[in-house]
Amino acid sequence: MQSTADKGFIRRLGQLLNPLLVPFLAIVTAVILGGIIIKVVGGDPIAAYKGLVQGAFGSPSALSETAVWSTPYIFAGLAVALGFKGGLFNIGAEGQIAFGAVAAALIGYALPGWLHTSIPPYIHIPLAVGAGILAGAIWGGIPGALKAYTGGHEVINTIMMNYIALNITSYLLNGPMRDPNPLNLSARTPEIAVSARIPPIFDIPGMRVHWGFVLALLMAVVVWWLLWKTTLGFEIRTVGANPDAAKYAGINVKWIITLTMALSGALAGLAGAIEVTALNYRHELGFSTGYGFDAIAIALLGKNNPYGIILAAILFGAMRNGATRMQFLTQIPIDIISVIQALILLFVAADAIIRFIYRIRAREERVVLTRGWGG
Amino acid sequence: MTANDIVLEANEITKHFPGVLANDHVSIDLRKGEIHALLGENGAGKTTLMNILYGLYKPDSGQVVLNGKSIVIHSPKDSIEAGIGMVHQHFMLIPAFSVAENIMLGDETTHAGVLDIKAVSQRVRELSHQYGLEVDPDAKVGQLSVGAQQRVEIVKTLYRNANIIILDEPTAVLTPQETEDLFRIMRQLTARGVSIIFITHKLKEVLAVADRITVMRAGRVAGTVKPKETNEPKLASMMVGREVILTVQKQPARPKDEVLRVEDLRVLDDRDLEVIRGVSFDVRSGEIFGIAGVQGNGQTQLAEALTGLRPMKNGKVIMAGKDVSGKPPRPIIETGLAHIPEDRQRHGLVLSYSVADNMVLCNYYLEPFARGGVLQQEKVDENARRLIRDFDVRTPSPYVPTSKLSGGNQQKVIVARELSRPVKLLIASQPTRGLDVGSIEYIHKEIVAMRDRGVGVLLISAELDEIMALSDRIAVMYQGQIMDVVKANEATKESLGLLMAGIKSSETAEAAAPRP
Repeated sequence: MQSTADKGFIRRLGQLLNPLLVPFLAIVTAVILGGIIIKVVGGDPIAAYKGLVQGAFGSPSALSETAVWSTPYIFAGLAVALGFKGGLFNIGAEGQIAFGAVAAALIGYALPGWLHTSIPPYIHIPLAVGAGILAGAIWGGIPGALKAYTGGHEVINTIMMNYIALNITSYLLNGPMRDPNPLNLSARTPEIAVSARIPPIFDIPGMRVHWGFVLALLMAVVVWWLLWKTTLGFEIRTVGANPDAAKYAGINVKWIITLTMALSGALAGLAGAIEVTALNYRHELGFSTGYGFDAIAIALLGKNNPYGIILAAILFGAMRNGATRMQFLTQIPIDIISVIQALILLFVAADAIIRFIYRIRAREERVVLTRGWGG
Repeated sequence: MTANDIVLEANEITKHFPGVLANDHVSIDLRKGEIHALLGENGAGKTTLMNILYGLYKPDSGQVVLNGKSIVIHSPKDSIEAGIGMVHQHFMLIPAFSVAENIMLGDETTHAGVLDIKAVSQRVRELSHQYGLEVDPDAKVGQLSVGAQQRVEIVKTLYRNANIIILDEPTAVLTPQETEDLFRIMRQLTARGVSIIFITHKLKEVLAVADRITVMRAGRVAGTVKPKETNEPKLASMMVGREVILTVQKQPARPKDEVLRVEDLRVLDDRDLEVIRGVSFDVRSGEIFGIAGVQGNGQTQLAEALTGLRPMKNGKVIMAGKDVSGKPPRPIIETGLAHIPEDRQRHGLVLSYSVADNMVLCNYYLEPFARGGVLQQEKVDENARRLIRDFDVRTPSPYVPTSKLSGGNQQKVIVARELSRPVKLLIASQPTRGLDVGSIEYIHKEIVAMRDRGVGVLLISAELDEIMALSDRIAVMYQGQIMDVVKANEATKESLGLLMAGIKSSETAEAAAPRP
């Protein structure tokens, strides 16, 4: 016989796991469908998935690479989720990541020259990363302020800001910030100073996993703490849930909207800065393409919960990482991974499909449309 | 009456929701051509029962009998085919569409694949003529008054050949005149053989219009009576399950210092029209200053401007000796304002938040609820448990989302939050709109208690009875101006009614000056 305490525990565990149910089933369904597609194009789904899992988790170095892939996904996913919590749809993570990377690279390679001295790592690293955070915050804060004070819709404006950021980045990497090494043929910055580099966790060749991954995990805790434990988080969530009530409660709604977008941009900028300071040691055109958009998918899959985002980001990182091994072993093109990711997203976004397939009782949820294109 | 007269019957309907027994063996029958009122407090199970009849919910047990035959209703489509139409409390109309377009929505008449608006308009005119409902099929719904929109909803059910119409709280959104119109329409419909189930919690209305009254309480039928055999106090105690005091008991006011002075206030509405046109008045501590008036005469914008939710165009607002003209909400709240907003779900609550979080919505950032920018959740929860007890909020726990509470309990959450803070002025806008007798009694008592503790109260209400019962002085607003300020004990319904219609008599002017 079960004691009531046990039952209470199981019930609470159920409540805790319940939000994970739909994403989990979405992944299962997408994997099954992906397998069917692989079969249809003439491949062996079992072998393909075996290769995928092996490539992602099969060895210490595979695990390390999965963590490396997941790092920017965690930061950028948190960025998008924070915006969502404040009722804001930040599609501009891509541009914010790019500027974060550019700023971190600039401080990373140029600052010692400007100061005519070498800088100790414990100063240089925070400065370079901080520059990336600041750049992202500004690039996110601008559309936030436009939304708050003029009513310009953040979706439109962040998309526009992406184009501006990516083109400015292209100009900088081809022009003023281009690596002057005569052997260099690509649009990239010089390598950053050794003092600006975040070291790998293990001093083993081939294990690239760096402290940035740990920072990403910590950042998820920080974002969770900010949103649910601080007055600022209360304000952000209130503005997101009901801006009219927020105003009634005396919250400065316009300022909170601006700040939320700036914080969201800061997290995205951090993603770019960490890629530069901990992994690539420079910024190169095309290094970050897609992280900002995948981040939207990750935020959605993680249900905007910081811990959910860690799981979703690791899943996406593992798939991206394992795909290469899968292609090598089975000659199935990497693109199938994009298809599976898209399917997961589809099922999470339209969770009625999953609820129908698996006969899960729906919670009382109404169709939520965006609050329109106005202010 | 013979059994043949019964067109619709609900037999021993039982419906559980998680944690709630919404309907407990409920039986009710509807005769041809009668208005059967379903009376009960919020959460008594009226709407659940009607949603079962309309096919939105499936009952756990019990059956629905239509014209002597047991039927199963799976969806609203089934119930429409069975001749049951429902007019919801919140209208299901598209403002940008014309009346005819709205009426055919979901049941489009086409001619070779093209919408046949003309045929629909023609049919709407016929129905409108036949049942005495004035409706212009070509008008845009968005431009119609609330009463006219309701008529569109009724015509919509008739258009689908309904002979049983369920009206869910139809008068909650209407002015007294529009309510009278609705009653006239209801009688015309029943005279032509339509049967009506009329859901409400307003006692006066059921006595005025119903043929039979079924009272529901806590998911059960408390009894079915005829209007002639009962009266307001009897119905009220059937609803609440105990004696209810319908009048407000209070001592004469002892007004002291001025807590609010408004000078020549001018405010624009969303269309930039001046809706407050030079209003001046003052409220003293220890008095209730009521603002009466037909809805839409600027009361909403007045409350919004005074609380900082809407910018003012001109004028001065002095609160507790401090000039707060044009200030945003927070400094005004910190000056000592409590505000029960008119639209509780839009302004007063974050519905997805827990009861506990909503109870600190205005002071979450102050000690003891926050320290150094960090929320002190235990203090927030402690505060909630205390307020839930003190203000008798019916909620399973402080942690449930506020959206799960009934309307009356949602309002109690706001009242508890606003009245528990140390304030000097309370602005209460429509504090009991849409609430049941028990909650109204409770909130009235709390407002009077606030006054007796020396708080100045500005009460804005479209219910003249409420204004007269609570206020010490009464101002009447008409087209954005104050027609007059009168002492409550010298005011009559007739004299206020004239002022509300914009007719000013010179005799009432002398009572305007407050006497501390």
